[in-house]
Amino acid sequence: MRDAGALLLIPLFPLAGATILLLTGKRWKGSSVGWVGSLMVAGAFASSLTTFFSLLSRAPGHRLMVRHLYDWIFAGSFRVDIAFRADALSMVMALTVSGVGLLIHIYSIAYMRDDPRFSQFFAYMNLFVFFMLTLVLASNFLVLYVGWEGVGLCSYLLIGFWFERKSASDAAKKAFITTRIGDSAMLIGIIFIWFHFHSLDFQIVFRGAPGLANGTATVMALLLFAGAVGKSAQLPLQVWLPDAMEGPTPVSALIHAATMVTAGVYLVVRTHPIFEASSVALTVVAVVGIVTAVYAGLSAIGQDDIKRMLAYSTISQLGFMFFGAGVKAYAATMFLLVTHAFFKACLFLCAGSVMHALPEEETDMMRMGGLFRPMPITGIAWVISAAALAGIPPLSGFFAKDQVVAAASESGREGLWILALFGVLLTAIYMGRSTFMAFFGKPRYRGHPHDPPALMGGILGLLAVGAAVNGLLNLSRTGLLERFLVPVTGPVAEVVSGPAELPLAAISLGLSLVGVALAFYVYLSGRFDWQALRSRFVGPKRALEKGLYVNDVYSEAIVIPARAGAAFTAYVVDKRVVDGAVNGIGRLFTWGASVGRRVQTGLVRSYALAILLGAVGVLLYLAVRF
Amino acid sequence: MRTPISYFLVVSALLFTMGTIGVLVRKNALVIFMSVELQINAVNLALVAFARQHGNLTGQVLAFFVMVVAAAEVVVGLAIIVSLYRKRRSANVDDAHLLRW
Amino acid sequence: MGDWIVFWVTAPISIAAAGAMVLARNAVHAALFLIVNFFTLAVFFLVLGSPFLFVVQIIVYAGAIMVLFLFVIMLLGVDRQESLIERIKGQRLLALLLGVGLVAEVVAAVRLGVGFHRGVLPNFGPVNQGGNVRALARLLFNSYFFPFEVTSVLLIVAAIGATIHGNRRIAEEETIDVGPEGVPEEPPGGPEVPAAVDAGTPARSLVARSRGAAAGYAPPASDEGRVAP
Repeated sequence: MRDAGALLLIPLFPLAGATILLLTGKRWKGSSVGWVGSLMVAGAFASSLTTFFSLLSRAPGHRLMVRHLYDWIFAGSFRVDIAFRADALSMVMALTVSGVGLLIHIYSIAYMRDDPRFSQFFAYMNLFVFFMLTLVLASNFLVLYVGWEGVGLCSYLLIGFWFERKSASDAAKKAFITTRIGDSAMLIGIIFIWFHFHSLDFQIVFRGAPGLANGTATVMALLLFAGAVGKSAQLPLQVWLPDAMEGPTPVSALIHAATMVTAGVYLVVRTHPIFEASSVALTVVAVVGIVTAVYAGLSAIGQDDIKRMLAYSTISQLGFMFFGAGVKAYAATMFLLVTHAFFKACLFLCAGSVMHALPEEETDMMRMGGLFRPMPITGIAWVISAAALAGIPPLSGFFAKDQVVAAASESGREGLWILALFGVLLTAIYMGRSTFMAFFGKPRYRGHPHDPPALMGGILGLLAVGAAVNGLLNLSRTGLLERFLVPVTGPVAEVVSGPAELPLAAISLGLSLVGVALAFYVYLSGRFDWQALRSRFVGPKRALEKGLYVNDVYSEAIVIPARAGAAFTAYVVDKRVVDGAVNGIGRLFTWGASVGRRVQTGLVRSYALAILLGAVGVLLYLAVRF
Repeated sequence: MRTPISYFLVVSALLFTMGTIGVLVRKNALVIFMSVELQINAVNLALVAFARQHGNLTGQVLAFFVMVVAAAEVVVGLAIIVSLYRKRRSANVDDAHLLRW
Repeated sequence: MGDWIVFWVTAPISIAAAGAMVLARNAVHAALFLIVNFFTLAVFFLVLGSPFLFVVQIIVYAGAIMVLFLFVIMLLGVDRQESLIERIKGQRLLALLLGVGLVAEVVAAVRLGVGFHRGVLPNFGPVNQGGNVRALARLLFNSYFFPFEVTSVLLIVAAIGATIHGNRRIAEEETIDVGPEGVPEEPPGGPEVPAAVDAGTPARSLVARSRGAAAGYAPPASDEGRVAP
């Protein structure tokens, strides 16, 4: 398998980049670090393309490459090796990760130019890309888990990149700890899989999955899904993602929009045989997904911070993706994942250029407005991506979302389908609101904003183009992507015939347009004094802004008791009991010594008395003995 | 001889004890020294009594030697006490109490 | 029979003198009582069949050693009454108790060993063949010759040592723990009174200064009228 060599190169490039940059990056001059880092990701992308094409050159039924690297663990019957797997699904992910990652790296060269820890940033970004590629190219659960943990680590490092800010370091901790909860459940799930299959290799596990008992499969699937819930910020573990916006904007774009958070979706699609063996697991996934999508959509409407709005939007879109997986529309889910990567990354990077352009890195949309005129390039990119997100044809989002909704309606679950449509409406509303608040209307900003430098602007353009034309990837349920993914996702379900599709598409399209129109009417048409509206509906707005107070509930119910417990342990148990005991022993000896040394009176007569005492004692002993 | 040896030994014990108490109770260095002499002599008595009991002169020889050594000891001890007194202007043993905690 | 009377006359004197010596507040009185005690001991030696020791005891101990003691007592002028206050807690009580215990133990040992009965003592006459002196000499210069020589060396050493010790020049700075004005009146008490006493006694530097003795010993001016505390 000569062409499998490129497969190993895919994660190797960014790993080399990370190593070199971590060890030596500080001494390099100028922004060459950034170019090297981007070059490494470009290498990964090129290797992914090579592998992809070599995969394509084979017949559809033979598109699988497994490359074994190293016999890792040999503990009795527990054997795991480091192996990578290239099939349709992993290739889609690898291309997306490396491609979008490459664009964001190049963008960061300009964005992070003035940062004192420039080289460290690119080292971490490269490290992240390495772990993410490891995750998607893994051939067994343990290598996947290594990648899973690795991206968690890099997310922590990058969210807290400006750790001098307490809010940033707190956010990093919050992200790590929250995803930890999911990760722990996932690990238990992996262990459970091992116990059942005595192997962690994907091929073996998935081949045996259909034979799983319902209960076993449900437990396995739900444990794995818990990990996905954590990593992809779904209810109830979604609280970390809005706070993760403390990190630099390219980080938000790459990790918290395009790649890391999609790892959960990838996991579910990859392990779908296990989910399908259970009668309820997929339903759980779909329900969690759609409920999260609606919840996050509502919260996004209430956000004034542009990045937080995008964060909630990401949560919502991820919910849609899980929803799609839950109704077995795996290809549609992946399609949504890819298109979302493009337009969400573009939106984040536009937000980044707005932040750069305004004084003090302004993110509050109340202090923006009418930015289209001074920043046309950013504005156009934003509008295209926003429209794609909202599902306006012929942009990519329309096709993706429509296919997911259609799959929902086919699943026969009316309730879920209605919720999905509601989610579509909300998406359009919040995107319209943010677009009209930030880029149109009367200017409320300070300073003199202008478009970003060519490097950043160019990336924005590329991503916007992608957002626009990606629809071509899967124009219908029998599109390119769908057919490409068949070996992994199973045969295409019964396709609803052409004419019957249209009403469904029309409904979702109509809702998108209604949402945008609503936003237009409120925010731009001038017939509404929406700023006065804010002061009238302070309560509801606040509730939405605070994510329906989920965060605060957690804080009260979990964080504060945990802190109290920790304080108790630290100050009472450790300080008083443990230290008290240890110090007490010391004090005991000191006290004993202070008592004992009183014997040393320095007076000869006392000593003489002591001698006599001893003599009498000895004589007594002798007398008694004899 | 009519008196049992043990009587002498009891007297010796009593004298020795009184010497010991003298060492402990008195504060004047010279008196303490004299009490030590009393102890020595009590032991001498015991030695000679034993010699009588065993029927040989070993005890007496030993007592003789004890006397000699005691004499030498007194000489040196008094010299020390004298020089100590010169330094400290006091013959009270309680005044040398610096080696304390 | 004679020895019985002698014993029962002498023993109480002996013990009484010893007790008086221990309790006498005046050092000279104590020395005198001790001389009485030594005389009684000499009588005991005589009774026990050692005329030689009887004489030696009187000559050496009572005559030389005690006289030496008295010389020193008078010389140093330490015949001032000794203070009755006992500063060390429990010293007297413990001394008494332990003394009683000691006596009890020794008596018990005597009882176990020798026994209180009359017992038949061997005839001491043949032992003192040719007189006690001759008999002792026989033993001394034969079996115990080496210790004899050693004691002679000891005596010489002691004499020389005492002479040298007495001739040392003591410079003023060598009074380590007392100032030229001497020790404070009251002696220090037991362990409970440490700090106060230490504060009152100015301690000089403990670093050894050269005993160069260039200065020579100059007794403080007011030494004449001084008496020991």
